[in-house]
Amino acid sequence: MSTVTKEQVVRWLEATAAVLEANKGYLTDLDSAIGDADHGTNMDRGFKKVMEKLPTVADKDIGNILKTVGMTLISSVGGASGPLYGTFYMRGGMAADAKEELDNNDLVNVLQGAVDGIIQRGRAQPGDKTMVDALLPALDALKAAVAEGQGAADALAAAVAAAEQGMKDTIPLQARKGRASYLGERSIGHQDPGATSSYLILNALLETMRA
Amino acid sequence: MKKLINAVPDVVKEQLEGMAAAHSDVLKVHFEPDFVYRADAPVAGKVAIISGGGSGHEPMHGGFVGMGMLDAACPGAVFTSPTPDQMYEAAKAVNSGAGVLFLVKNYTGDVLNFEMAADMAAAEGIPVQNILIDDDVAVKDSLYTAGRRGVGTTVLVEKIVGAAAEAGYNLEQCADLARKANSYGRSMGMALSSCTVPAAGKPIFELGEDEMEFGIGIHGEPGQKRMKLVPADEITEMMALEIINDKAYTRTVRELEDGQWVDKSLTDEPFKRGDKVIAFVNSMGGTPVSELYAVYRKLAQVCADNGIEIVRNLIGPYITSLEMAGMSITLLKADDEILRFWDAPVKTPGLRWGI
Repeated sequence: MSTVTKEQVVRWLEATAAVLEANKGYLTDLDSAIGDADHGTNMDRGFKKVMEKLPTVADKDIGNILKTVGMTLISSVGGASGPLYGTFYMRGGMAADAKEELDNNDLVNVLQGAVDGIIQRGRAQPGDKTMVDALLPALDALKAAVAEGQGAADALAAAVAAAEQGMKDTIPLQARKGRASYLGERSIGHQDPGATSSYLILNALLETMRA
Repeated sequence: MKKLINAVPDVVKEQLEGMAAAHSDVLKVHFEPDFVYRADAPVAGKVAIISGGGSGHEPMHGGFVGMGMLDAACPGAVFTSPTPDQMYEAAKAVNSGAGVLFLVKNYTGDVLNFEMAADMAAAEGIPVQNILIDDDVAVKDSLYTAGRRGVGTTVLVEKIVGAAAEAGYNLEQCADLARKANSYGRSMGMALSSCTVPAAGKPIFELGEDEMEFGIGIHGEPGQKRMKLVPADEITEMMALEIINDKAYTRTVRELEDGQWVDKSLTDEPFKRGDKVIAFVNSMGGTPVSELYAVYRKLAQVCADNGIEIVRNLIGPYITSLEMAGMSITLLKADDEILRFWDAPVKTPGLRWGI
């Protein structure tokens, strides 16, 4: 169990669409507290489009599939999440060019490319109370676990645990990026919706691997 | 939620269909991707002015498409920025060859989507520039926030730069004027009630009977602080003084230079005695015009007391927040160039004079 197959990538995307639909209200509630109450509906709309597109590329390589997901999100989500998650999948896809399966190093490269892409596009630093606060700890944990020789599922479990912790750690932070930053100290005490969707997306991959 | 809607997913589409039916003399609507554009676009030799943003701020931006203002407007879902393919397709549709200027309200989503669209347009060989509108003095610093939001000044800049494009300004001149007019404008908003995004189905925040939210943006996001409701004169004076006394504001923006994004540091100078201004009192959607006049009455007095001369005004709902009760005040320093283009003819569903 040291690789992620193309079929698992497709199932991950299906699981992501399902989990974002199930958590649509939750994400929007989180966004109501410190943003503009649209994160859940936007992500759900984007991944419904991804589900429409997926059958047309499911026989292509993993890089191609992920890039298609990115393009679809960019043209359907809007808000800040559209360009950010769009870039996440596009850059992740570029790191998986022509791959039919991902070994552990490939997995690290995909997440590294995806996280770098989000940081370059959104210019957020760790601690700004954004997606980066879940994604960067996840990437670090994944790298460490892979370096220790853990299998894909165990390494992903470590990454997801780090993402979950990073997500929870956004609660006491004061937002410095995005709409939440306008609240100043009033953004403290609320979990960041973007960090939450990032955790949900990574967790969907872990659950796919365990299924 | 009590709204005049049919199905939630159709809200924006049906609004656009209605606009197309009502204003076919001025504009057309393209669907998938969605954008509103001038019926006579592309206008030969003219720089095309494009704006856009989340829906729910009507008449902005679609209602400002027409002669003397915008060539195209790209509506996103309610309170959600549009996607890059909308601005890209709009740019292709209205570009006459003289280039396209994007006027972008400073919200993270709008900024990111317009930047991607500008990259796509530039890759297609369309001359493009991207100017941010960031005028909300409720946001004090740009270091620990995403910077000042684009609010009331947006309407005034769209009018002024639209007229300049009509008068034959080239892309660089239009961009320079947009940057200047933005730096001359300052705004402040307040809310008496929240508003409900159709897809969310419930108000974004709750305000008590005796409370108001001071320093709001235009997306129903909570503001700078919550306060006990005070009389209109007191609210107006607080807001006007925040604007008039606002100090120099410096931030870094991204603009295009020779196809590359470069960071530029820009500073807005404060108002000073003797300044002439355009004063704009705007309803957030739920506040009646009668109350706006009560606000204007006090605003004129505060401006006079501070040596600020109001030479033009605009009063009404132009940049709204769905059905939110509340208002915003914008003051924009008016030099001869700005006044000339403010007074120039405009023919759009939302603003129409001089024709």
